[in-house]
Amino acid sequence: MFDLISQFIQRAILQGTPLLFGSTGEIITEKSGNLNLGIPGIMYMGGISGVIGGFFYQQSVRIVNPVLAILIPLVCALAGSLLASLIYCFLTITLKANQNVTGLALTTFGVGFGNFFGGSLIKLVDSDVPSIALTKIAKVYKTTLPFAQWLEDSDSLPLQILEWFCKTFLSYGFMVYLAVVVALIAAVLLKKTRMGLHLRAVGENPATADAAGINVTKYKYFATCIGGMIAGLGGLYYVMDYTNGVWSNNGFGDRGWLAIALVIFATWKPNFAILGSYLFGALYILFNYIEGASMEIIPVLKMLPYLVTILVLIFVSMRKKRENQPPASLGLSYFREER
Amino acid sequence: MKKEKKSVKTAENTLPSAVKKTERELPFYVVKRGDAEQTFGRAALIRASAIVIALLLCGIATIFVTGDNPISIYATMFKGAFGDAHNLWKTLQDLAILLCVSLAVTPAFKMRFWNTGAEGQVLISALATAMCMFYFGGAVPTPVLMLIMVAGSVLAGVIWAVIPAIFKAFWGTNETLFTLMMNYVAIQLVEVFLKVADKSGSNTVGPSLLKHGWFPELFGQKYLLNILIVAVLTVLVYIYLKYSKHGYEISVVGESENTARYIGVNVKKVIIRTMVVSGALCGVAGLLLVAGTSHSIDSNLVGGRGFTAIMVSWLAKFNPLMMVLTTLLLVFLNRGSAEVTTKFGLNTAYSEILTGVILFFIIGCEFFIQYKIVANRSHKLFKKKGGSENV
Repeated sequence: MFDLISQFIQRAILQGTPLLFGSTGEIITEKSGNLNLGIPGIMYMGGISGVIGGFFYQQSVRIVNPVLAILIPLVCALAGSLLASLIYCFLTITLKANQNVTGLALTTFGVGFGNFFGGSLIKLVDSDVPSIALTKIAKVYKTTLPFAQWLEDSDSLPLQILEWFCKTFLSYGFMVYLAVVVALIAAVLLKKTRMGLHLRAVGENPATADAAGINVTKYKYFATCIGGMIAGLGGLYYVMDYTNGVWSNNGFGDRGWLAIALVIFATWKPNFAILGSYLFGALYILFNYIEGASMEIIPVLKMLPYLVTILVLIFVSMRKKRENQPPASLGLSYFREER
Repeated sequence: MKKEKKSVKTAENTLPSAVKKTERELPFYVVKRGDAEQTFGRAALIRASAIVIALLLCGIATIFVTGDNPISIYATMFKGAFGDAHNLWKTLQDLAILLCVSLAVTPAFKMRFWNTGAEGQVLISALATAMCMFYFGGAVPTPVLMLIMVAGSVLAGVIWAVIPAIFKAFWGTNETLFTLMMNYVAIQLVEVFLKVADKSGSNTVGPSLLKHGWFPELFGQKYLLNILIVAVLTVLVYIYLKYSKHGYEISVVGESENTARYIGVNVKKVIIRTMVVSGALCGVAGLLLVAGTSHSIDSNLVGGRGFTAIMVSWLAKFNPLMMVLTTLLLVFLNRGSAEVTTKFGLNTAYSEILTGVILFFIIGCEFFIQYKIVANRSHKLFKKKGGSENV
């Protein structure tokens, strides 16, 4: 029984981590007033950039160096998602283009980019391997803290409880903890610092922020790029940790959109997003644990996160409580002379 | 893209030095163009050149990826889209469906109601059509079945579109996010139907289960009826938006809700009514997809058309007649690059990259239509230059 609960929590956390990266990134972005619907594309870009970097590294050496094995895909993923975010920033902030259209175009581009290079990379570089499998690098990414192994088969009850705790909460690759840390840092930055205050001002009313001497363009660029890079890490986590370094086209699925849903569910607060992402992760895998579940129940359960999000959206808009609202200028471009 | 980026970067690079010397004055500033300056010819020229540059860039990228010579690549693309009768009909058919979805999102967009849920609205009406075919097929005569299918699909599209509209109208619920979420609810509903209808566990319910209620062939052409229906709809939507009172109200609400309220337009009513129209048109698209084209249903049937349609509609500035051209561009790219990728054994997602690049260019070029960049005469950069030139 305890094992079952432990396994359930583990799988929910593994499932929720890409969503947490994605939604933390999107929250930071949206707080600057940019509704970046390109997040699903950016997550694909991050994932495939990490895979390309890792692929060349793994092909070029016989024994992987753990530090390089982590750093190379990480840096590539950050660079890939930064590039994608810059396209979005340039079009929406500098050229004042429509955010919805730009975001959707970026998603088209990013998903296509991921699937194209994922599907054709081996052919393009004339490699002789049958498929992209970065198992060696994935092994480094999945290295876990050893506490649970130390305590294995212990006979006294407190030690057993301790082992259960370690197994359930301390046996993940580093990126799972990174996601939580990033979300917490984002929460503190947004709520407690001057920088966060400025960022929120830009998202609420850029004209006022501008009048107060805040550089609106700079804040929007930085928030969107950093948000995009965090979201890109979600893509990297998915391929390197969740799927053991094996890229499969469209394998990432609708997780990018789920991350955007999570932003609403968490009412634009990164600390709420932590719990929300694990909850969504749990809903995603719940059907495995329902005894005698028929085939029809799977899609119904998968529908739940979206339905819950819709309910939250409706509830928030009806209650009109100030701190739960979307940033007031969300989705609008700012042009100084149009005030 | 690269060129534009560079020019802006150089402008930004000069910023730090400029800040020190002239108190945050940029060497260039941006001015919105007046209505008089917005001539049709200028706009068309800018858009056309953006598309040409984008196509050239895509060509270069394709050469890089395939190693083929550029003329042969464009020839292959052309062949894929219009090469023979079969390809031509397929292209026209794709055009008809995408155009139909684009027509559907246009009234709402003109009202600045950001409906990102066309994907779901089309899919749910496709589901309704398929369910009518599955449950009533063979039980009632074909004409009656056809009527049930039309009613069912339009009703499903309307319901899916009107729910977010009601919440938007009465409580100001964010429609972009609401409609986006509805897409995934629709996808999962289709999955439920697939599991119920086909016990073998396959991912589609195909023509063998949906035997009745297919659209008839006209003059031996499978897709002709679809194309004719969409052609008629295009003209109707054009007239509706341009010459009817409803169309006028939509544009007033889109320009300014306060103005609309001031002149006595019932904004709530207009929002809900327009989304009903939008949803009904999505219903037609779903009907055409299932009964007129695939005779099957799966959760990826719409294949992102709901999102592409948003871009089609926006690129054509919500003008249904212009949308024929923008749809043609995107369909040509899609079919053409599919031919290139099959020829070289590459992944078909390549067309999505090309579509993305072209869209970036067209989105970006709007800036040069709407605004102009003016040199800041008082800036040191120009004073020095101007001074030396004068001497």
